[in-house]
Formats: sequence, structure tokens, C-alpha cells
Amino acid sequence: MSLVFYLFAALTLAGGLAAVLLKNTIHCALALTVAFAGLALLFLDLDAQFAGFAQILVYIGAVAILVVFAILLTRSSETPKDGVYSKNWLAGLAIAAGVFAVLAWAVLQSAGGLPQGAAATPAVTVLQIGNALLGRYVLPLEIVALLLTAAMIGAVIVAMHEKERAQR
Amino acid sequence: MVERMDQVFVLFAHWLVGFLPAGWQPVAAVLLSVVVIICLFPALFALTTVLERKGLGRIQNRIGPNRTGPFGILQPVADGIKSLTKEDIVPLSADAVVHFLAPLVLVVTVFMGFAVLPMGRGMVLADIDAGLLFFFAMGASTELSVFMAGWSSRNKYSLLGAMRAVAQMISYEVPLLMSSVAVVMITGSLSLSRIVEAQNHYTWGLPHWYIFTPWGLAGFVMYAIAATAETNRSPFDLPEGESELVAGYHTEYSGFKFALFFLGEYLAMFSISGLGTTLFLGGWSAPFSFLGWVPSWIWFFSKLMLSICVFIWLRGTLPRLRQDQLMNFAWKFVLPMTLLNLMVAALWRFLGDGWERWVICSAILLLAYLAMGWLGMRQGHIGPRRYRYAD
Repeated sequence: MSLVFYLFAALTLAGGLAAVLLKNTIHCALALTVAFAGLALLFLDLDAQFAGFAQILVYIGAVAILVVFAILLTRSSETPKDGVYSKNWLAGLAIAAGVFAVLAWAVLQSAGGLPQGAAATPAVTVLQIGNALLGRYVLPLEIVALLLTAAMIGAVIVAMHEKERAQR
Repeated sequence: MVERMDQVFVLFAHWLVGFLPAGWQPVAAVLLSVVVIICLFPALFALTTVLERKGLGRIQNRIGPNRTGPFGILQPVADGIKSLTKEDIVPLSADAVVHFLAPLVLVVTVFMGFAVLPMGRGMVLADIDAGLLFFFAMGASTELSVFMAGWSSRNKYSLLGAMRAVAQMISYEVPLLMSSVAVVMITGSLSLSRIVEAQNHYTWGLPHWYIFTPWGLAGFVMYAIAATAETNRSPFDLPEGESELVAGYHTEYSGFKFALFFLGEYLAMFSISGLGTTLFLGGWSAPFSFLGWVPSWIWFFSKLMLSICVFIWLRGTLPRLRQDQLMNFAWKFVLPMTLLNLMVAALWRFLGDGWERWVICSAILLLAYLAMGWLGMRQGHIGPRRYRYAD
């Protein structure tokens, strides 16, 4: 746990908090991007180059843009008069706490299972990840690709249906 | 002597850093390289603006800037002073913070891309294993800054320009990545210095650059198209089409912030040309084996400036595309061709060293190009244009 880790962690947390607390929806989306960038930096700090760069490429390059476009194209980004906070925030807090508890439990449980005395950061190169993805794990990869394609076709069909109805 | 000229900057940096205590040396070496990159490319940008204005003037039968200094070469200095002293206007309804951050994010992310480009033998700031991935990750981040600029200005032209720019950049990022993947498949590495090393061999005095293979030529052409669109250069400069959108996403920027946008665009052009040079044109390797004594950095920057000249030439020659033509071209022509090129590159890899692979790979690509061109032409009604009143 170096100083660098704490800096990146603070950046990620600040981004996440801003994404929840800011009023303007576009500002929230941009703050979420800061949180994504912080996560990518954390990955890079752990020497996981592939995960870090893929995080930037996919989340900042595609997901953030998608979120921002979705906000712009669906409704106005103006802040509603009665505030952006939901009324049943207590339930939301309970669910968030539950998820956090499960994740924390899983992380704490798995820490004991690590081999003792092994290197703190196992050196995994991008080449090894590529070989594993296209060798041993090629079937899961293909299934994920198929799932994404199906999702995309579904989205196109949903969008087309609305257009037809509007024309009639 | 040849060796020393080749490594002159590396040796100079070592000598300079040697004055510091040993503990500081790694940090100082990195800082020195960063400072060199941050100074060198804006200087090149200043040079390029004159070159571009002079070249465009020549193409359009004008003289171009010729008042400041001999032949107008001091024009960028005058432009710089002008943009520094101009009033920095932020629209009243604009989102001041995002409006301020957008040009900074653009310039910073574009500068990051230079970190992994090998600009000469051993002249790379960060020789990381996944260099190509890093470059594309940084390239993808620039889209957000364009959106930030367009949205925060609270101007319909800005927002429309930003929407166009982001749609275009996302569409052409796919062929850009796909055409580079063919190079990665053949080299077997994402490290840019490894890719240059793989091309730095000679047969009969001629280099083994990837552009001199069927898949490499096809990949380079598609890379060049996608790179032109990615950097919003003419004929793909719809996001800032003056006749439609005033100036696109930087309509509401003035003074030095506008200069930063201008700088960011040209830096993106340099970095993407540098990557194209590295991937397909052999990076810093010499074009003939007997020219191996010329320092490697001279070759890298000559190829870079040659690509810039092609960009300028294209801008002076081609008319702007329409939005639907732009999207159709990306998704219906360039993307299928890059996917086919991946298959051809795989075939090339496994067909052995004989002459057959040249014939087979060239034939597949040529036939696909002709068939897709024929199909595309048949759909549109392209023929001699009839003028209503001129006949």
C-alpha cells in the first residue's frame, strides 16, 4: 500500500462520490469517467497492463460516450425542479450496503486462499492473456461475443419497431 | 561516427543526467524525455502551419502568408502572440468548468500517445509491452474532450459539431484498430519497438516493410483513411464544416483555448502519422540497406513529415463528404475490407515462404475490392451530372 495507491484510490472514490452527488446528469457522467480512469490507474499500479488499458479503451472510450449520448438523446440534461434524489433512498442504501458486504466478504475469504510466499504481483504479460483467451478459454470468449451480438441485434429491432409505429 | 550520430540524443541525455546524484537519475531521464516531446512537437506544429498555409496557397493558386519574416516563416510566432493576447471569452450560459477542462483534456491525452512511439533506435520514452493498446486507449479518450467542448458551450452548432465528431471518431476507430491488428498478428507483439525491429530486415537491399506485402498495402490504405477521419481532416472534416456549423465544437472558444484545440488537432495528426509510420512504413529503418548510415531519427521524422504533406495535399484536393456518405463508407466498405484483411493476413502467415502466397493474397484482396466497388456503385445512381440551367 504505497502513496500512489492511496492517491489513485482517493481519485476513484472522489469520482464515484461526485457521480452520485452532483445535480447535473452530464456532470455525473463525466465524474463517472474520472472514477473509471482511477480504476484503470489502480490496475496499472498493480502491473496489470492489459486490464488497465482495456479499462481506458472500453470504459472511457466507449461506455462513457454511450452514457453521455444516451442522456443527450433521451431527455433534457436540465436538472428537474424537485431534485435528482430518489425518495426511497433508504432502500437504496440498504441494497448498496448489502452488495458491499457480500463483496467484502468474498474478498476477505479469498485472501486466505492465496499461496503463501508467492510473489506479490504475478507477472502476466499481454501475450499470455492473448494465448489463454484464444486457446483454453476460446469457447467462453465466443459465447460472450455471441451474447453481445444478440444484444446489439435486439437493440436494433427495438429501435426499428418504434420507427415503424411512428410512420403509421 | 555513424553509431554516434544515430544515438546522439540518447548519449546527450545520458551525459546530461550524469551530473545528478544516482538516485535522481531515472526520474530525471524520464522528465528530460517528456520535456523534449512537449517542446519538439509544438515546434513541429508551428512549422507545419506555415507549410500547410503555403502548400494550400500553392494548390489554390494564391501566394499564402508572406508578410512576417522571410517567406512568411515567422507567421506562427505572430499567430501565437495574437492568440495569447486575445480576450478569453466564456459564454454566459456555458458550463465554465467543463468549458475550461475540455481543451486541457484533449492536449494531455494527445501528448500521452507520443510516449510509446519509437522515434529512432532506442529512442522511446516508455517501451511498454502493450504499447499499441496504450496508444489506442489514449486515442479513445480524446473523444470525450470533444464532447465536453461541444456540450459545455451551450451552442447548437457546437453540440451538433461534437455529436458529428464523436459519431465519426467512434465509427472510424473500429477500422483503425482492425487494420492495425493485422500487423500485430504477423509480428506477434503489441510492442511498437518490436514491430519496427520485425520490419528492419533487407533482401537485395530492399526493406521488409509491411506496406510491401498485399495485406500490408491494403491495411495501410485503410489505416490512412481511418486516420484521416479520426483526426477530422479534410475530406472528413464535417465536424467543423465552416459552411454548415461555423466551426463545430470549438465555435465558442477564443484566444489561447482555441489555440490549444488547434494544437491538439495537429498533435493528433502527428501521433497518428507516427503510428502509421511505425506499423507499416518500417518506423525508423532506412528505405534501402545502403542508406543505413543515415541516423534512424532522420528517417522517422522524414516519414512523419511526408505523411503530413500527404494530409495537406488531400485537404487541398478532395471535397468534403456528406454525413451519410461518411457513415456508409465506414461501415459498409472500410470495415468489411479490414475484416477480410485480417483473414488474408492469417493466410499469409500460414502459406509458407513461396511465391504462392503473394498471388493468392493479392488476388483475394483485389477481387474483394472490385466486387465491393461494383456492388456499391450499382446501388447509387452515379453518372454524368446533369445541370438544370446550364444545358
